[in-house]
Amino acid sequence: MFAVRIHGRGGQGAVTAAELLSVAAFDEGRHAQAFPTFGSERTGAPVVAFCRIDDRPIRLREPVTDPDALVVQDPTLLHQVDLFAGLGPDGFLVVNTSSSFEQMGLSELIGRLSPERAVTVPATEIARQHLGRPLPNAALLGALAALTGQVSLKALCHAIRDRFPGDVGEGNAHAAEAAYEHVLETMRRTTDA
Amino acid sequence: MRSQIEGSQAVARAVTLCRPQVIAAYPISPQTHIVESLSDRVRTGELAGCEYMLVESEFGAMSACIGASAAGVRTYTATSSQGLLFMAEALFNASGIGLPIVMTVANRAIGAPINIWNDHSDSMAMRDSGWIQLFAESNQEAVDLHVQAFRLAESLSVPVMVCMDGFILTHAFEEVDLPDQAQVDAFLAPFVPQQQLDPDEPVTIGAMVGPEAFAEVKYLMHAKQMTALDEIPEIAADFRRAFGRDSGGLLKTYRLDDAETVVVALGSVLGTIEDVVDSMRDAGVPIGVLGITCFRPWPAAEVRAALAHARRVVVVEKAFAVGAGGIVGQNTRDATRDLPLVVLDVVAGLGGRPVTRASLRGLLDDVVEDRLDPTRLHFLDLDLALVERELERSRHGRRPGPHAEHMLRDLGTVASGAFD
Repeated sequence: MFAVRIHGRGGQGAVTAAELLSVAAFDEGRHAQAFPTFGSERTGAPVVAFCRIDDRPIRLREPVTDPDALVVQDPTLLHQVDLFAGLGPDGFLVVNTSSSFEQMGLSELIGRLSPERAVTVPATEIARQHLGRPLPNAALLGALAALTGQVSLKALCHAIRDRFPGDVGEGNAHAAEAAYEHVLETMRRTTDA
Repeated sequence: MRSQIEGSQAVARAVTLCRPQVIAAYPISPQTHIVESLSDRVRTGELAGCEYMLVESEFGAMSACIGASAAGVRTYTATSSQGLLFMAEALFNASGIGLPIVMTVANRAIGAPINIWNDHSDSMAMRDSGWIQLFAESNQEAVDLHVQAFRLAESLSVPVMVCMDGFILTHAFEEVDLPDQAQVDAFLAPFVPQQQLDPDEPVTIGAMVGPEAFAEVKYLMHAKQMTALDEIPEIAADFRRAFGRDSGGLLKTYRLDDAETVVVALGSVLGTIEDVVDSMRDAGVPIGVLGITCFRPWPAAEVRAALAHARRVVVVEKAFAVGAGGIVGQNTRDATRDLPLVVLDVVAGLGGRPVTRASLRGLLDDVVEDRLDPTRLHFLDLDLALVERELERSRHGRRPGPHAEHMLRDLGTVASGAFD
């Protein structure tokens, strides 16, 4: 079982991201379950969505409290929500920011994780460039795919294009590809260092 | 075809395949994605030959369903929470007349306090409305139960409620094997009404009945519900033959052989319970699960047989009768009368509180060690300190004020859906 928790704000696509991840995993023959925490929908309010991926059918229905991977769509949530709750030393972390973990004051947290399992990705900038809108979720999924290998980039882009036909899907798929490359490049540098 | 799909969309597709001829729904919260999706399917022609009626309230929705069903067409609606309660009077009319309406209830809490999240308070409040109530464990079962529900409703001329956990199932993306149209057509014959408003053969449906026959009409309602206890397993067996999978039926058992302790539950929480039971079995604890798929009619004999060899039974349910105790628990106790076992009532998951493996494991460890008082009603993960602080606070001052607001202030939160 691989469990992902996505933190975002209403309107950033956290719920859609979890759903797309589940579809990509399903398309690759695995079992997957995506679900949101449920609040009164409000743009900008903290939102959490979950995705479980497994080789066996999933019957568990509790929220993900101990994620294997954590995706933070909006770094301003750092001051509002206990984002890293339950993330173990082997956990994966993807944060949407153009700053470094050090600049964000997260050195101590990152010190507890494996350096090759934590990345920052300028997903909003990537989305602006490829989609023309600051919607980071597809880019972050691309980053997650590169970091964890839980789904392939191909399956992810297929799920994105299937959900959003036309230009929106193309733009998001390109954003996912760019973030995927960004993470591979970052990991190469980490390994070299 | 296997699809990774949202629960509501899967149910909307299943209902479409059942070819309802009238769908009546009130579109405002608390409604589901299901009727929203169905309205699209009617508009695009995917669901042909169906009139989609936008009504002014849930009371109007059920009333329109009653009229349509009495006119002899296959009729469907969906609702949730306060919407179901607003239908209450019409629910009793639909069942009293014996109209085979199928309705999805996306189970959600009942206010006050206002709460939009999942529990079973809505369906349980209507448990004695004369509707058959089937509870789905997964979105696959929700899909399958709808296909079976139309057949059950129409074979007995009774209304059927398919209950699925709001949000937990309706908003979950998971794998569902969706049947195709030919399969459903072969399983579900066109609707032949057992009573019909027909200008060529005029009848009165819904006549006033006085003391001379009221009890007899009600007796027949009960008798017909009891025949559903035979009909439901037969439909499930037919379904297995046609679709190749087990779905529906009265009960589902899990690792019940030699189980000294049995957990009774209904709905989506069963999956989490099964995971916990597996881990306890691994540790050598003889424990199993009895899932209630059909809650109304109550399959007393089947429940009794399934629990005959248990020493202790713990009923974990997402609703309770205020001032009385567990609802499914009371029914279970009744079904197991004079058997040498104890039945414990545990209320869990109220108003959207997650029912976690850790909490269930703690509970079941206590149950197995006989640490739970069987004379009391138990609440899983109850914040007793919060309750005691509020009781203490309200003992002072002439006008203690509203509990709900004080308790939120005590926690320093707003009703945000946050779970920890």
